[in-house]
Amino acid sequence: MKALMPLVCLTLSVPATAQSPVPMIRDPYFGEAIFYADQGLYFDALQRLDSEIAQHYGIDEPALDSLQFHINDAEFSVGDFELNYRMHHRAGRAISAVLEGDVDEEVRNEAAFRLARIHFQKGQLEEALSALNRINGRIPGRLGPEIEFLKANVLIADGRPAEAGQTLRPLLGAESLTGFSAYNMGIALLEDGQHERALEELDRAGQVDIFDEGGQSIRDKANLVLGTLLMEDGEFARAQASLDRVSLEGPMSNQALLTSGWAAASAENFERAVVPWSILAERHETDGAVQEARLALPYAYSQLEVHGRAALLYGEALESFDTQANRLAESIDSIRQGEFLRALVREEIRQDPDWVIRLRELPESPETYYLMELLASHDFQTALQNYLDLEDIRSRLAVWQRSFDAYEDMVDHRRQYYEPLLPEIDQSFRELDSRIRLRREQHQLLSQRLQDLLVSPRPDFLATTEERLLSEQLSEIEEALQADPSLQASHLEQRVRRLRGTINYTLAVSYHDRLTSFDRNLGELQTVIDEMTEQYEAFVRTRQAAVHSFEGYTVSIRRLRTRVDSSLSAVELLMARQGHVLELVAVDELLARRERVDYYRDQARFAMADSYDRVTKDKELELGVAASAGAEQASLTEDFR
Amino acid sequence: MGVSVSKRVLKLFLLIACSAVFFQARAQDNTQEEMRSLDEQVQEIKTDVLTIGRDLALLEERLLFPSNTQLAVFVEMNSEANFRLDAVRIEINGNAVAHHIYSFKELEALQNGGVQRVYTGNITTGSHQMTVAVNGLLPNGGDFTSTETFSFSKGIDPRLLGMTLAGRSGGAVIEFSDW
Repeated sequence: MKALMPLVCLTLSVPATAQSPVPMIRDPYFGEAIFYADQGLYFDALQRLDSEIAQHYGIDEPALDSLQFHINDAEFSVGDFELNYRMHHRAGRAISAVLEGDVDEEVRNEAAFRLARIHFQKGQLEEALSALNRINGRIPGRLGPEIEFLKANVLIADGRPAEAGQTLRPLLGAESLTGFSAYNMGIALLEDGQHERALEELDRAGQVDIFDEGGQSIRDKANLVLGTLLMEDGEFARAQASLDRVSLEGPMSNQALLTSGWAAASAENFERAVVPWSILAERHETDGAVQEARLALPYAYSQLEVHGRAALLYGEALESFDTQANRLAESIDSIRQGEFLRALVREEIRQDPDWVIRLRELPESPETYYLMELLASHDFQTALQNYLDLEDIRSRLAVWQRSFDAYEDMVDHRRQYYEPLLPEIDQSFRELDSRIRLRREQHQLLSQRLQDLLVSPRPDFLATTEERLLSEQLSEIEEALQADPSLQASHLEQRVRRLRGTINYTLAVSYHDRLTSFDRNLGELQTVIDEMTEQYEAFVRTRQAAVHSFEGYTVSIRRLRTRVDSSLSAVELLMARQGHVLELVAVDELLARRERVDYYRDQARFAMADSYDRVTKDKELELGVAASAGAEQASLTEDFR
Repeated sequence: MGVSVSKRVLKLFLLIACSAVFFQARAQDNTQEEMRSLDEQVQEIKTDVLTIGRDLALLEERLLFPSNTQLAVFVEMNSEANFRLDAVRIEINGNAVAHHIYSFKELEALQNGGVQRVYTGNITTGSHQMTVAVNGLLPNGGDFTSTETFSFSKGIDPRLLGMTLAGRSGGAVIEFSDW
């Protein structure tokens, strides 16, 4: 069982089905964050979503913002993105904030589930269980089986396999967990000492009818574990049947072929053992299982008494181990000279989705030959991913650092262009402003007059200029007539009254028409004033925009430049340390491999010598038999003579 | 005889397996503690740099795309669209402003509900015309190009235009909307 632990531990992850279905997007920036995250560009996704959420909470009425339709999803997504970007601390904090907030029961339960998953991934089992225990009431339908599955995983990791088994039992029929629940049930039973039942569950998991990537992976894993267990139990035929079900193309295939060979060999069926080992021996020679197969294959032939073939294969293995030992030495030297880190960050390589495979096949890069094998170590994976993240951050910071000069230039150019124009513009603005003010006052006065006329009609207020002048002339004549009685007053006074009567009659008759025209003209004046106001506001905005295009940036740019410089130094320092650790882990790993290859090489050398001895002895024996047969024939001939 | 051979084989198998475990174990040295500490520091620096990135993005937006002239165009795909999108070309008032060729990952992200900001630029207030041409591949393997023209006006606030690509037998339907 101890030999199985690395394999078993790898299977405690939750199947990748916990992603929420994407809702109809009503906020484009939230959609943009999803667009980035879906491509694995978590930095960009986080940057976009962080800004959007900060702006959402910063506005006066968040309820009117389009992000309000997705705010819970957005908060969760931040946590998910942070988790994918390997920021467990911040992810935990973001989800805890949702959990503590005033949110719907379903949302709170989903937050608790996500928090538990983070704790589990960080190995904080008690905290994970505590978060799971907070789940009660309504839960989103799709999460039900996954919550229980996660709980079972935590319990297995916590050394409580019996409880895990009880939790898993109802999940054995859950469609979304087919294969995964059976496999983990098998592991729980195994841990609980229920060996036979464990084998049954693993057998069930090894035969699930799911042919997607996840289904294939769990089937292969179950079959490999089952085959190895049966092999340990001495059930060689059953072990082989199980191992034969492992896909020949999958990541488990090398180990399965190797173990299948050993199962056949243990059953003394060396002819059968030769088949999987022959396939395996042709595969990539840096793989540990392949190296072992190159030693095991001639061993099988020697057991079949085919010592010549065995000696040849031992010779080939020895040659291969020599090559491996040299390559390992070259790789170790190259890594120590810093070539490994330089190769890892080669941009043109990383554009390729299969960059890990490409990198290890570069003929001029011995330092990367063993990358795939090194990636099998969790420590190495973490260190490598951190190093690559740091390199990504470093290149971003370097680009930002270079941008600041351009921004400052841009601001300076704008300042140089706008500043000399502003006094003249401001002068025109002031003139326009006083004209607009005057028109507004006039409009206000006329509006007031119109209101008064509606309350108490005054036809004289609507007299034309000509009528007003005539009226004034008549008043002057009237005054003159009163002052000079010598004139023919009565006749003239009568004429004046007639004329005034004519004016008053015209004013009275046309009053309503004139009032209507007055109202219409006032309305037209309002339209003109509105247009002027609009122009005025546009002018104010344009002036503000011109000023804002160069004012207020100097301090912000300076502060950001300082922060970028400081972060860049920190990142470079951290990269150096991370790179050093990476080199140490890689060198240690390769040294261990080198020792193993040396050990294999010694074994191959002795075995080859032994095989050659046996070949020689066989030949001697054949010669001896032939010689004695010859002597016997000679003696018979002599006797006959 | 059979039992002894079997035991011998198992012994060899276990010897090899144990040697592997032994060598593996030796490879895991005291660097684990340092790696954990480094991991914490990497997480901290990521937080700092994300904050810088956010502040810088806001500054860039203010500096390069002020709200009174800002125009952003977003692309999304209808969940039922069954064609393979190859490229989108955008012209505003007859001037080409964006031409994007889609990678497999980008296409998948759009199909999974992502929204792509395909263009951000500046434009004067008033009426404008946008022409969008979409190239792609139909399920039957045939090429298609769909072109649509759309009029819009730009006021004093940022203008966010969305276009949804929906599938149909002869190509894509381009639907314009406001975000």
